[in-house]
Amino acid sequence: MITTLMEQQRSVTASSQSPRSPSSQPYLSVSVTDPVKLGNGVQAYVSYRVITRTNLPEYQGPEKIVIRRYSDFIWLRDRLFEKYKGIFIPPLPEKSAVEKFRFSAEFIEMRRQALDIFVNRVASHHELQQSEDLRTFLQADEETMERLRSQETGIFKKKPSDFMQIFKDVQSKVSDVVLGKEKPVEESNPEYEKLKHYIFELENHLAEAQKHAYRLVKRHRELGQSLSDFGKAVKLLGACEGNSLGMAFSELGAKAETLSVKLQKEAHQILMNFEEPLKDYVRAVQSIKATIAERANAFRRHCELAETIKLKEINLNKLSLIRSDRVGEAEMEYNELKAESDEATQTFETIVRLMNEEIVCFQEQKTLDMGTAFHQFAKGQARLANGIADAWRSLLPKLESCSSS
Amino acid sequence: MMGHEETDVHESREEMESLVLDEPSNGRSSSDNPLLSSASSSFIDRQSPDSSFNTFLDPPSYAEAIFTSFDSSSNGHDESPRLSSNSNPRSSDYLYISVSDPQKEQELSNSLVSGGTTYYTYLITTRTNLPEFGGPGSEFTLRRRFRDVVTLSDRLSESYRGFFIPIRPDKSVVESQVMSKQEFVEQRRVLLERYLRRLAAHPAIRRSEELRVFLEVKGKLPLARSIDVASSVIDGAARLPRQLLGDEAMDVSAKGGRDLLRMFKELKQAMTNDWGGTKPLVVEEDKEFMERKERLVEFEHQLSNVSLQAESLVKSQQDIGETMGELGLAFVKLTKFEMEEALFESQRARATDTKNVATAAVKASRLYRELNAQTVKHLDKLHDYLGIMLAVNNAFADRSSALLTVQTLSSELASLHLRIEKLEAASLKIFGGDRSRIRKIEELKETIRVTEDAKTCAEREYEQIKENNRSELERLDKERHDDFMSMLRGFVVNQAGYAEKMANVWEKLAEETDHL
Repeated sequence: MITTLMEQQRSVTASSQSPRSPSSQPYLSVSVTDPVKLGNGVQAYVSYRVITRTNLPEYQGPEKIVIRRYSDFIWLRDRLFEKYKGIFIPPLPEKSAVEKFRFSAEFIEMRRQALDIFVNRVASHHELQQSEDLRTFLQADEETMERLRSQETGIFKKKPSDFMQIFKDVQSKVSDVVLGKEKPVEESNPEYEKLKHYIFELENHLAEAQKHAYRLVKRHRELGQSLSDFGKAVKLLGACEGNSLGMAFSELGAKAETLSVKLQKEAHQILMNFEEPLKDYVRAVQSIKATIAERANAFRRHCELAETIKLKEINLNKLSLIRSDRVGEAEMEYNELKAESDEATQTFETIVRLMNEEIVCFQEQKTLDMGTAFHQFAKGQARLANGIADAWRSLLPKLESCSSS
Repeated sequence: MMGHEETDVHESREEMESLVLDEPSNGRSSSDNPLLSSASSSFIDRQSPDSSFNTFLDPPSYAEAIFTSFDSSSNGHDESPRLSSNSNPRSSDYLYISVSDPQKEQELSNSLVSGGTTYYTYLITTRTNLPEFGGPGSEFTLRRRFRDVVTLSDRLSESYRGFFIPIRPDKSVVESQVMSKQEFVEQRRVLLERYLRRLAAHPAIRRSEELRVFLEVKGKLPLARSIDVASSVIDGAARLPRQLLGDEAMDVSAKGGRDLLRMFKELKQAMTNDWGGTKPLVVEEDKEFMERKERLVEFEHQLSNVSLQAESLVKSQQDIGETMGELGLAFVKLTKFEMEEALFESQRARATDTKNVATAAVKASRLYRELNAQTVKHLDKLHDYLGIMLAVNNAFADRSSALLTVQTLSSELASLHLRIEKLEAASLKIFGGDRSRIRKIEELKETIRVTEDAKTCAEREYEQIKENNRSELERLDKERHDDFMSMLRGFVVNQAGYAEKMANVWEKLAEETDHL
C-alpha cells in the first residue's frame, strides 16, 4: 500500500501513542482498509474494514475488526458534533451523489484515505477519543450499527442543503456584523468577530487554491496525453522517412511516450499529496464554520434564557408581594428555569473555552499538514522535471550520431 | 489572449515584491522586474538567466546552451541557421529582403464611383551582391501591394514549371473580417516577408528576372497579370520558344510563332470541348518517379498528422503554464491574507511556506511559457514543410500537364495522318485528281508540320520539367534531412534545458519546505 503523506502523519501521531512496551502506555490505533463494492445499481455502496488496535480498558480486547460504510462515518461525525460542542470535529469527505455511481478506483481510494484520516484524528483527540459513540462505531456489530444509523433523528439527520442553510445564516449574520449592521442576540466580542471573519475569508482563499490544484492535476494528464499522441505520430513519420532521420524520429517518439507515463504518474501524486490535503483543509474550515454556528445558537439560547430569567424574577418578586399562594409554584418554575439558564450559560462558556484551545491547535496542525503537502508537491515536481531533463538529454548523443551519418 | 493573464501576473508580482521586502535576499525580486516590463512575450530579450539560478546550474548546462543558441537566431532573420543563409556557401553572395512599414493608399480610379477604395502598400528593402541586381553591395527599396505579389507568384509558376516554388500567402478575405485591420496588415507583412525570403533562398528563383523586377523596378510592376488561370498548358507552351530556344524572346509576329500560338489555342479549346471535365489518364512511365511520389504522399500524410499533434502539444504546454500561474496567484493571495490576519506564529510560518510555493509556481509558469514559445519556433518547421509539399504537388502537376500536352499532340498527329490517308485514298478514285481534296491535303500537311514542331517543343518542355523535378527532389531530400535534424535537436535541447530549470525551482522549494 502506498503510504501517502497523510498516513505518514497519522503514523507519527499514532506512534506518539504507540508504546515501547505494548502493555504499559495507552494506545488507540485505527485503520480503514480494504474497500469492497457491494450491492447493485442505485443501492450500490462501498464497505470498509475498520481495524482497531488498543490496550484501553474500555475496548473489547487488543484487536477488533468491523465493517463500516460511509453513512456510518457520517453517523459518528454527527453524534460527535452534537455532543462535543466547541470542538472542531474532523471533516469527512463529501457525499457525492454523482461520483458514487461511477465509483472509480481513484475515487474509492481517496475516500478511504480521507475516512482513515478522520477516524485517526478522532482517536487522537484528547476529548473525542473518550467518546462512547466512537467506541460504538469501532466495536458494534453491523446490525447494531445499521439500527443506530437508521434511527438517527435530531437536527443532524439533515440533507446537505440544510447544513448549507445553517452556514448561510451564520454567514449572513457574520457579514451583517462585519458590515456594522448590528442584529440582536449576537456576541459583540471583537476578537471573536475577527476570528469569524478570518474563517470565512480563509475558506474562499483555500477553495480557490484547491480549485487550481485540481486543474493542475488535469493539466498534467492532458500534457501526458498530448505527448503520447505526438510521440506516436512522430514514430509513424519516422517509419516513412527511413535511414538516419527516420531513426531520429523514432527515438524521439519513443521518448515522448515514456515521458507521457511519467506525467500521468505525477498527476496522480499531485492529486493525492497536494490537492487532497488542500481539500481537507477546506473541509476543516467548513467544520469550524459549523462550530461557529453552534456557538451562535448557544449564545442565543443563553441570552434568551437570561432574559426569561430576569422577567421571571421580576414576576416572582411581584407575586411574593401580592399572591403568596402562587409563590411556591412560581418559585419552582423559576428554579427550573434558572437551572436551564445556568446550563445554557455553562454550555456557551464551555464552547468559548474549547474554541480558544482548538483554534491554536488547528493553526499549528495546519501549518504542519501544509508544510508536508508543499514539500511533497515540490519533491514530486522536481522528480518529474529531472526525469524529463534526463530523458531528453539521453536522446542527444543519439541525435548527434544520426545527423553525422 | 495574453494580455489578460499578463496583467494578473503583473499584479501578483507586485504583490509578491511587497511580501519579499522584509526578506534578506532581495536579489530575486529585482531580477523579476525585467519580466514586468515586457508585455509582449519576447523572452529571448532576457539575455542572462536569473543570477540566483546560476548557483544551481552546473556548467556546462543545456540551459545555458539554449540561451546562447537562440540569442543568435532570434535577431533579424528568424529562420533556422541553414535557411537564413540566403547566401551560397561556396561564393558568399547574399540576398536579404525585409518587408516593413505598411501604408494605406488611395486607389486611383477612373470610375465614376466617388470615394475610391484603399489598399495597403509595403516597403520592400533589398540588400544584395548578386550580379543580376547591378553589382556588389547594392541596396534598394520600393513599395509593392499584395496584388503585385500575386502577379509575381503567377508569373513564377509559369516560368519555373517543375520547380518547388514557395507558395505565396493567401488572399484570405474571411480572416481579415475576424481580426482588426491592424492585426491583419501586420500578419500579412510577416507572411510577405517570409515568402520573399523563401523565394530568395531558392537557388533557381533567386536569379529570376521576375523576382529582380519585383524587388528593383520602382513604380508599376512590369509583369503581366495573369488573366486566364487554367492555362498552364497554353501559357507554359507559349513560353516554350523563349525557354527552349534561348533568351531572345521569339518574335511573336513571325509566322511560326503565330502558328504555334494559334495551334495551342485550338488544342486547348479541343481539350475543353472534348473532355469537359474528365481528362484521360496521363500515363507516367518513370517507375522510379512513381515510387518517389508514393512515398512523398505518405510522408505528407504523416507530416500532417504530426503537425496536428504538435499543435495539441503546444496547447497543452500553454495550458499547464497558465494553470501553474493561476495556482501561484491564488497562493499569493492566500499568503497576503494570512500575513495580514496572523494572530499566531504558526500562521506566519505557514504564510512563509505559501509564499515560497507561490514564488515557485509563478516561476514555473513563466518557464512553461518560454518553453512553449521556443517549441512553437521549432515545430513551425513542420508547418513549413507542409507548405513545401504543396509546392511539390504543384511541380508534379506541371509534369503531368506537360506529359498530357505531349500525349495530346501525339494523338493529334496520329489523327491528322489518318485524315490525310483517307483523303488520299478518296482522291485516288477520282480521275485527274480532286482539286478541293488535294488542297485540303496540302493544308493538313502544313498543320502536321506545325504540330510536329509543337510536339518537339512540348517534348523538350516535358524533359526539362522532369529534370527540374529530379534536381528539386534531390535538393528537398538534403534540405529536409538537415532541417528536420536541426528541428529535432532544437526541440530536445529546449525541452531538456527548461526541464532542468524547472527542476531547480522545485528543488529550491523542496528545501524551503523541508521542516524536519
